[in-house]
Amino acid sequence: MSPADSQQHIESFRKQILEAAQSKTPLSIEGGGTKAWYGNPNSFSKLSTKAYSGILDYQPEELVITACAGTLLKEIERVLSEKNQMLAFEPPHFGEGATLGGVIAAGLAGPARISVGNLRDFVLGARIMDGKGQDLSFGGKVMKNVAGYDVSRLMPGSLGTLALILEASVKVLPKPAASTSIRCQMTQAAALQSLNESAGQPLPLSASCWIGKNQADSFGELTIRLAGAEAAVYAAKISLCSSLNAKELDTKEAEAFWSNLREQQLPDFTSLAADETLYRLALPAACGSLELNNMSDDIILEWHGQERWLKGLSDDATFNALKKIASAHGGHAMRFRQGSNVNPANQRFTQLSEQSHSLALEPIQTRLRASFDPSGVFATHRLP
Amino acid sequence: MVAPPPDLAIISALQTKLVAALRPILPEDGLLWEPEDTIPYECDGLAAYRRMPLAVALPETEAQVAQILKICHAMNIPVVPRGSGTGLSGGAMPISQGLVLSLAKLKKIVSIDPFTRTAVVQPGVRNLAISEAVAHLGLYYAPDPSSQIACSIGGNVNENSGGVHCLKYGLTLHNVLRVRAVLMNGEIVEFGGLAPDAPGLDLMSVMIGSEGMLAVVTEVTVKLVPKPKLARVIMASFDDIEKGGNAVAAIIAAGIIPAGLEMMDKATTRAVEEFVHAGYDLDAEAILLCESDGTPEEVAEEIERMTEVLKKAGASGIQISRDEAERLKFWSGRKNAFPAAGRLAADYYCMDGTIPRRHIATLLKRIQGMEKKYGLGCLNVFHAGDGNMHPLILFNGADQDEWHRAEDFGSEILEACVELGGTITGEHGVGIEKINTMCIQFGEGERESFWGVKNAFDPDKLLNPDKAIPTLNRCAEYGRMRVSKGILPHPELERF
Ligand SMILES: Cc1cc2nc3c(=O)[nH]c(=O)nc-3n(C[C@H](O)[C@H](O)[C@@H](O)COP(=O)(O)OP(=O)(O)OC[C@H]3O[C@@H](n4cnc5c(N)ncnc54)[C@H](O)[C@@H]3O)c2cc1C
Ligand SMILES: Cc1cc2nc3c(=O)[nH]c(=O)nc-3n(C[C@H](O)[C@H](O)[C@H](O)COP(=O)(O)OP(=O)(O)OC[C@H]3O[C@@H](n4cnc5c(N)ncnc54)[C@H](O)[C@@H]3O)c2cc1C
Repeated sequence: MSPADSQQHIESFRKQILEAAQSKTPLSIEGGGTKAWYGNPNSFSKLSTKAYSGILDYQPEELVITACAGTLLKEIERVLSEKNQMLAFEPPHFGEGATLGGVIAAGLAGPARISVGNLRDFVLGARIMDGKGQDLSFGGKVMKNVAGYDVSRLMPGSLGTLALILEASVKVLPKPAASTSIRCQMTQAAALQSLNESAGQPLPLSASCWIGKNQADSFGELTIRLAGAEAAVYAAKISLCSSLNAKELDTKEAEAFWSNLREQQLPDFTSLAADETLYRLALPAACGSLELNNMSDDIILEWHGQERWLKGLSDDATFNALKKIASAHGGHAMRFRQGSNVNPANQRFTQLSEQSHSLALEPIQTRLRASFDPSGVFATHRLP
Repeated sequence: MVAPPPDLAIISALQTKLVAALRPILPEDGLLWEPEDTIPYECDGLAAYRRMPLAVALPETEAQVAQILKICHAMNIPVVPRGSGTGLSGGAMPISQGLVLSLAKLKKIVSIDPFTRTAVVQPGVRNLAISEAVAHLGLYYAPDPSSQIACSIGGNVNENSGGVHCLKYGLTLHNVLRVRAVLMNGEIVEFGGLAPDAPGLDLMSVMIGSEGMLAVVTEVTVKLVPKPKLARVIMASFDDIEKGGNAVAAIIAAGIIPAGLEMMDKATTRAVEEFVHAGYDLDAEAILLCESDGTPEEVAEEIERMTEVLKKAGASGIQISRDEAERLKFWSGRKNAFPAAGRLAADYYCMDGTIPRRHIATLLKRIQGMEKKYGLGCLNVFHAGDGNMHPLILFNGADQDEWHRAEDFGSEILEACVELGGTITGEHGVGIEKINTMCIQFGEGERESFWGVKNAFDPDKLLNPDKAIPTLNRCAEYGRMRVSKGILPHPELERF
């Protein structure tokens, strides 16, 4: 995009934001727009970033890519792949339209999160527009930077409620030299025990997933991905295959599995009934099996058990019960995706006030939002 | 630094009031106000800037921290939190009408969980003490600032500290799960959590690296990582600084993330060789140290690949450490570069800017030009893998003109860093040292937003005010780290 074109886009964003500020009506920022189901719903008018697209800077030896918010995720991944690099947090796509701005604002990460960290860890800098129409840049394109508060890292997970992301610089990583996946059958408790033990050793664990029934004596399928230096992956594979009685998967099968898990295309995800909700539990490490009543028996565990997916009724009683269970273990629950018959106005997230010690953080979040967005341009309440 | 002369009568009355209010809640030795007791707190590692506080409080519990803050909040007295005082940007420098709140006595390791690979520690725990406490489990805490034997985890959180290993293992931000802290009004809050990705804005990201301006850290949950089985280092020489700089970029472009990637220029190599006798190539224009860690198989594979890249990049000599003793010998010069600089000149001034890796050679060449322009020498020894530069400008502090030239030299380097796409501080923080150069990097809108963040946490602006974020109209000239008469703050620490 030429600088003049770029400036034109920025000016049109500014115009839209200032008009919204004037009329005190929020704007719902939309990238690919393929994700309206995630977070609390709203029906405000849209600010679309789709046209503001293009990779602005990519130097493989710097491990950084900078692109406009509307750039398609698949375009970024294609360009990185040519240089044998990747977005290490494996953002889910779901649909062709996923944009960089949406990826960052959604803040979701895929299977590798357990080994490489979350999306926020990879954000180096962002150019944003606040609710006053100010064009601001925070962070930068270098790995180490402690000048000022790290405002660009407030964007991941903000779901368009703090500011409009115009451009972002994201750290990328080389693709691992080798990668392989192994699979075995075991109970949920045994899988959790074994994953946490393995994670405490210098093994190249990259991702894990256990799929089965949430019953103590039921055997499920544990899949583990190993990635890193060839020698390390090979050695770990030999040792884990023998200690877990596991088998190596064929490369194609393995790739399809992890990609379907990330995109929630595995049968357990796609069989969501019209009146059901897919719940996501996030839990501290080493949290054991949970007593889950009123839920479907099927359960998927990712991130060595720190992320769990389950289906159940969509009513508040079920959600409240799950929130209670998660919170008793120091975690939280979320209505991730709802069936087509479910009331779309449902509150999707664990409220801040229900999270431990977050009550005192509420006024901070409120003041923070007010300082970036005094007129409530981004007050779409997609987040609690 | 020229501060307006404080009104002694007002200060003394305020001190009496503050001491009277705090005494009942602190143990006998937990409150200092006589000058002979508070003088050790008059500065941090940036010794050129000193100020005496009203008093120094040394609480032993989080509850006491909360009470102290409540009292100061009610009395409108500013508070400067302090860890070990090893900061290099004056972040913990006292305010003459304020209290220094030392967290040094909160130094318990609360719990260690080998199964979840986490440790809960109080803020005064030294960085290295965490790794020592978990060594028997085959685990360690990865971020390793060179001040790690002294600096506290609370200070690390507030400076987002890193070290040689953060190229591969990340900075403090990447290795902390949860931070518990007290707000200026005495309320206890928690940032982050043990469960991943809670909904709501991620306030931990702004808390980390906030230089004691948002909340007082009282407990930190850190991630522990398995200790690699083996580490080896390659020492490569280059007859041209450009080739050396390009080799750094080439290693990363080859898809390798070394455990450490550090560079020294010729002037540094010569200065340290005399000091440590590590066997460095004295004719080399640049020396690179590239470390690999992991399983023996991984290390062998990575060392081989790095050697190939370095040869292709034009290395004139390559040595690979054969054992742990040799590895440490190769590192010894790098670790002693600062004291070696101290032997070359009466004073030196340490800068801390970060640039994109591909511009390393450009910046080094520009610095050579600046040496001529300002008539002063400069040693370059730095975290090349991160593009984090630490030019050491040599000067004689007895000569005012030399000091001014050194200051200008330093500012020109930082301006060059910003121009090349980098930043004015990679790891030492802004503190009072770089408050002016913040104006080079950030415009009015960004600075206003920073104040918005500050205001969200500390609306009365009582927590470490006057640091890090310049006010919109501030232009006053502040100085920077200056090592006077060869007297180094914290001489016992390794210098990276
Ligand atoms: C299990 C799972 C299922 C998913 N399913 C889907 C799916 O079906 N479709 C899909 O597209 N994605 C899905 N995602 C997420 C998705 O891969 C990305 O996060 C993403 O593509 C969002 O991009 P988008 O441009 O479509 O975002 P949008 O849907 O347009 O926006 C997402 C959020 O980000 C905000 N936002 C977008 N752009 C900006 C910006 N520039 N500045 C500030 N805020 C902004 C929006 O206001 C909104 O709150 C899924 C993720 C997971 C983990
Ligand atoms: C020889 C030497 C080498 C160094 N090498 C490195 C290096 O390699 N990498 C690097 O990153 N840094 C390095 N430093 C700088 C310094 O050691 C780090 O910034 C360190 O994190 C400071 O920790 P501290 O406990 O000494 O903090 P202090 O200097 O006491 O304080 C630093 C800042 O944090 C605030 N603070 C401290 N504790 C708390 C708390 N509990 N709550 C709220 N605010 C608090 C203070 O107000 C201040 O703004 C070096 C310093 C020296 C002297």
